[in-house]
Amino acid sequence: MLELKGVSAGYGAFQALFDVSLRVDAGEAVAVIGPNGAGKTTLLRTISKLIEPTAGSLSMQGRAYNAVPPHEVIGLGIAQVPEGRRLFPRLSVEDNLRMGAFLPAARARFDERLEFVYSLFPKMKERRMQMAGTMSGGEQQMCAIGRALMSGPKLLLLDEPSAGLAPVVVQSIFGLMRTIRAQGFTVLIVEQNIQQVLKVVDRAYLLETGRIRQSGDAATLLASDEIRRAYLGV
Amino acid sequence: MEIFDVFLLEAVLNGLLLGGLLALLALGLNLIFGVIDVVWICYAEMMMIGMYAIWWLHVEQGWPLAAAFAAGIATVALLGAALHQFVIRPVLAAEPINQLLVTGGVLFFLQAAATVTFGVEFRNLGVRLPGVAIGEMNLSLARMIAFGVAIAAIAGTWLFLSRSYLGTAIRAISQDRGIMPLMGVSPGRIYLTTSALGGGLAGLAACLLVLQYDIHPAIGLSFGPITFLICVMGGLGNLVGGFLAAFVFAQFIAVGGFLFQLEWGYVIAFVFFIATMFWKPEGLFAKR
Repeated sequence: MLELKGVSAGYGAFQALFDVSLRVDAGEAVAVIGPNGAGKTTLLRTISKLIEPTAGSLSMQGRAYNAVPPHEVIGLGIAQVPEGRRLFPRLSVEDNLRMGAFLPAARARFDERLEFVYSLFPKMKERRMQMAGTMSGGEQQMCAIGRALMSGPKLLLLDEPSAGLAPVVVQSIFGLMRTIRAQGFTVLIVEQNIQQVLKVVDRAYLLETGRIRQSGDAATLLASDEIRRAYLGV
Repeated sequence: MEIFDVFLLEAVLNGLLLGGLLALLALGLNLIFGVIDVVWICYAEMMMIGMYAIWWLHVEQGWPLAAAFAAGIATVALLGAALHQFVIRPVLAAEPINQLLVTGGVLFFLQAAATVTFGVEFRNLGVRLPGVAIGEMNLSLARMIAFGVAIAAIAGTWLFLSRSYLGTAIRAISQDRGIMPLMGVSPGRIYLTTSALGGGLAGLAACLLVLQYDIHPAIGLSFGPITFLICVMGGLGNLVGGFLAAFVFAQFIAVGGFLFQLEWGYVIAFVFFIATMFWKPEGLFAKR
């Protein structure tokens, strides 16, 4: 579904990604794991075209989209839940969800998808008139995921969904991941919480200092000595 | 003075009518500031251009008044979009003082352009609407129409902002501009739409003002500073605050003018403004 070939990107003179190639097939859940500062967020920002790649090709469902402007990437079926959730704090929950359905094609199916999001996250229905910024971190994460689902994406990008949340809430966030997978969405997730994320995905890539170091089955990586030593501390 | 004075009531009602018009002007300016974070110092001058456009089309070109009004609104809406595209956009990342200076420059440019094109004579549409007598009071029909249309336009803008996708995006962009592309929204296009909307509101105000006032190149100065002060008093960018402040300000002008002299009404209103700035510098209706 999504394929990156030899992608490099950065901020001005600072290069954050070097020759990154990865693919996500339809129906898969794939994780990009790695330490802080490895370039994981930059990778997702590049996939969403918030950052222009300096080299390499991006393609979605066989179609190269390097030349597509950032606000049209969601129209290709790629929705992102950004790092830190980035809800509109002074808009209601429902208005945040409305923003997720901004594209004309999504507007037509707003009511239906709103029902779907409310059925996944009943709490959002209770809070639909509440200002998004006044909710707890876990609730905000539900709202941010709901907002991304409102566009009816084929591929969902999740940037550090567990970051900054209390340990109990982190558990429920990984529960959410399973729920979303069960709905048949294709997911690319970036996480520092390696042990947890490897339990909910099929495959993973290890990104270190902007380069893919290792890739493979989630179970294999979880068992690999290198990863256990460096990241799981066992 | 008696407890009930019919002329005082007339002044209060006139203040209310004036308040509606000022609220419309404040809404446009506040909307632009709230969304784009730039103050259009030349806002009332854009309205002045709209007044001239209506006058020129109706009086010189013989267009029907309704068509001239529609064209006047469209002209100022386009002017708003052009102002954003060619003047504001290049200085979006600049210091606020520079943004203020460029729109201040546009103010003088528009004034000079109007003077060169239309001269300094006072123009009017030649439309004189009658007064309406209610008991012993005499209210101007033009002001009543202006009030009604202004309130309807404000309500319409409010509905647009709160119910539509585009309106929601306009509210959202000031809260987090960086992720708008992830929603499928091009920030540049939202800014342009907001600028056209703000211009269109100034164009509508032009329609309402040509029914009451003569047109001359400096007429913007009669409304620009007041509009700006109202916005600051209500909390710059706060649409509800600006709406309420417009009515407070208009009462100071109308009732103050009734109790003393017309000019004193303005003096009292400005003194109140200065006092407000000491007492609540973030604006009368700021949410804290």
